[in-house]
Amino acid sequence: MPPVANSPGGASPPKPGFMGWLNKRLPVDAFVRSQLLEYFAPKNFNIWYFFGSLALLVLVMQLVTGIYLTMFYKPGEATAFDSVEFIMREVDWGWLIRYLHSTGASFFFVVVYLHMFRAMLYGSYKSPRELLWVIGMLIYLALMAEAFFGYVLPWGNMSFWGAQVIVNLFGTIPGIGPGLVEWIRGDYGIADATLNRFFALHVAAVPLALLLLVVLHLVALRQTGSNNPDGIEIKEHPGPDGRPVDGIPFHPYYTVKDVFGVGVFLTIFALVVFFAPTLGGLFLEGPNFEPANPLSTPAHIAPVWYFTPYYAILRAVPDQRMGALLMALSVAVFLFLPWLDRSKIKSIRYRPLRYRIALTLFVIAFLVLMYLGLQPAEGVYVILARIFTVIYFAFFVFMPFYTRNERGRPVPSRVTYHAH
Amino acid sequence: MTDPGHASAAIAVAQDVDDSRRRFLTLATAATGAVGVVFAAVPFVASWKPSERARALGAPTEVDLAQIEPGQLIVTSWRKQPIYIVRRTPEMVASLAGIAGRLKDPESRASRQPAYADNVMRSRTEEFLVLIGTCTHLGCLPKARFTPGTSAELGANWPGGFFCPCHGSRFDMAGRVFDGSPASVNLVVPPYAFAGQRMLVIGVDDAKGAA
Amino acid sequence: MRTDLMHGLKALLILGALLAAPGGFAAGAAGPGATDWQKWTAGNKVTDIPSLQRGAAHFVNYCSGCHSLKYVRWSRLGEDLRIPEGELRKSLMPAGTKPASYVISSMPRADAEGWFGIVPPDLSLIVRARSVDYVYRFLKTFYVDPAKPLTGVDNLTLPGTAMPHVLSDLEGLKLAAFRSVGGEGGAPVKQFVKFETIAPGRLNAEQYDAFVRDLVNFLDYASEPAQAARRSLGIWVVLFLLVFTGISWFLYKEYWKDVH
Repeated sequence: MPPVANSPGGASPPKPGFMGWLNKRLPVDAFVRSQLLEYFAPKNFNIWYFFGSLALLVLVMQLVTGIYLTMFYKPGEATAFDSVEFIMREVDWGWLIRYLHSTGASFFFVVVYLHMFRAMLYGSYKSPRELLWVIGMLIYLALMAEAFFGYVLPWGNMSFWGAQVIVNLFGTIPGIGPGLVEWIRGDYGIADATLNRFFALHVAAVPLALLLLVVLHLVALRQTGSNNPDGIEIKEHPGPDGRPVDGIPFHPYYTVKDVFGVGVFLTIFALVVFFAPTLGGLFLEGPNFEPANPLSTPAHIAPVWYFTPYYAILRAVPDQRMGALLMALSVAVFLFLPWLDRSKIKSIRYRPLRYRIALTLFVIAFLVLMYLGLQPAEGVYVILARIFTVIYFAFFVFMPFYTRNERGRPVPSRVTYHAH
Repeated sequence: MTDPGHASAAIAVAQDVDDSRRRFLTLATAATGAVGVVFAAVPFVASWKPSERARALGAPTEVDLAQIEPGQLIVTSWRKQPIYIVRRTPEMVASLAGIAGRLKDPESRASRQPAYADNVMRSRTEEFLVLIGTCTHLGCLPKARFTPGTSAELGANWPGGFFCPCHGSRFDMAGRVFDGSPASVNLVVPPYAFAGQRMLVIGVDDAKGAA
Repeated sequence: MRTDLMHGLKALLILGALLAAPGGFAAGAAGPGATDWQKWTAGNKVTDIPSLQRGAAHFVNYCSGCHSLKYVRWSRLGEDLRIPEGELRKSLMPAGTKPASYVISSMPRADAEGWFGIVPPDLSLIVRARSVDYVYRFLKTFYVDPAKPLTGVDNLTLPGTAMPHVLSDLEGLKLAAFRSVGGEGGAPVKQFVKFETIAPGRLNAEQYDAFVRDLVNFLDYASEPAQAARRSLGIWVVLFLLVFTGISWFLYKEYWKDVH
């Protein structure tokens, strides 16, 4: 933490009273100034730029509702399912806290997927923001782990069989696979020991990792500054006062804008929580209202919607080991995006048609695979899954070639903005 | 909030900006948000109340009085608290008279009991004494010392009553605390009622609602 | 009730494409030549208290001999369905149970296994697990099947069910007509054509339908007792959030006048 006097605004005269006493000991004012008042964000953010702050909001909501759920939930084969119904029926407002958490999990992924797509639209992963992207992807990986562990906890039949399938994926690793699976489970099947350790990971270990990564993500963002829909570095165009001519203070301009975004988001969120918390089986699945039964697999087993693109890829491959490998790759490949994309142009606004087509195809492939992952693996669904798996990977594999020597529309030197 | 007019080149506060409108909208948003946060906090705070299960299990407890012998103490439980029920003999009842001088709160002025037990017997009838069996000092369970006499533990002229082994509080056969005890008020009488000739219901003031 | 709300909401959600995927339990693969029974809907309303009261009585009379509602407490049931405690004890609760206890069937597990081969499932969550329409269809698609020696009936919704048609004295007995059609690979497939009543019950078709609707309405309630409260509170929460969003919109517009 730099001394107060070094803050960009220069030292202000020492304040009297409590705030003066406090600031002498804790740089509150300096922090607010450097992070909000004199943090300059591009003025041309559009709707895609709401999702970062919304992700932070959902994270906080999940922490609060999650802490409350742990006060009533009891991990354990014999108690888990009952304790969830106890929350739903016998704890005052327990149903609301549980629905906030279960709906929050799905909305976390909605927001994060849109946030990631924004980065792909405007090249936010490109230099100098490669590490920002990589940290973001690590957050995404941690989030996937968090969601998976959390999904097991209600100990419904889908929890059980979901855990069974995912844990068995590790069994495909050559050599160590079978031993590894047994070690993860802590028993010869998904059992009490598994549930107990997944509980610990879900409520303590992974959330801590997530928080640390989110802080790093924000620090890295503050270091490089935000990208924007034009993909122009506003720092390269300072005004006479040394501040970027296209930048505006984060506070009050983006705080008031984000407050509005939070309002819209919470309204949609509340509609789901109060009127369709299961969302027709997408957010909470029917078979998960039956207790875990090691002797009966649900007729149709699929992960929750946010994992289904990868699940569809897994099932598209007729070889077990290759399927698992491709699935792992389909997630990991995002990490390499900053180096696969060789275009000098950041924003899709100025990139040539071929990148626009590639990105469109990729998004279609992602959504179609998401749909296919929810369907039974039979007939035409399998063939479609194979086609779209190829498209999915082609987007990444051929990216170094179709993005080389890109010539698009001329990139302006100033951002595009129309005053309100 | 600093004056944003000097923040950067992209900001030019219009000459006609209406400061009071800004202040009003900021205040309105903050106030509405604060109301929302308070409302949102309600479910979380309320979730700590005893659950429906706890409330259901906290329903009145029924005791069959015929099973209690004269002079006997039985212990049952209501809302996770031990309930002492004593069927007092005439001698025990008699022991309550003439000891007021040795008690801290003989009239039970500072103690807790339902109105119908606010008397010397601290009960609805002379025969049955119903108490919450936790010492009013720090919550240990007093032991029955119903035999009168003199002992090292209870001192001289012990009329019969309860003795708390944790810190030595002593109570008479109506749960009234003796001088020299660390406890300062009498044992608490829970709400109770008789249903018919032989049923005692603990947890209600009126047995009509219960079975 | 759940479905019509769902449709209104789905339109509001961002990920339209995502939502095109049918829900998890829409499974019941509508095979070739599916007849309309697969489209029957319960159309129940969990806010209809008299219907829930009738449904609770039906459950006690016809289901609770074998099936429990192990997460439902009698006292809560009485409160939610506005049944006074005296009435609850007299006409619904088995003698000797306390209002604080759960709705548990008196059938010993071992007996159940002996009689039916399986323990009858707990029905606390059956509507959430299978959907209200599924339970409704199940109770309306029993038919006489002499090939089932134990119960003498089978069911279109859950073929091979071990459950006897306990409502047959109300509904009567019906036969199912099937025809054989060539399935994939040439093997003939049995296809349902229609029901034929062979012995009328105490209720006519309309009365039986109303009976089943009340019963599944009650099971719908039992699967999520908070659902009525959830929906009625939701309206106020959404209205509040709309007001908040409106005010913050004006705040946002006001400040952004500065940005050029």
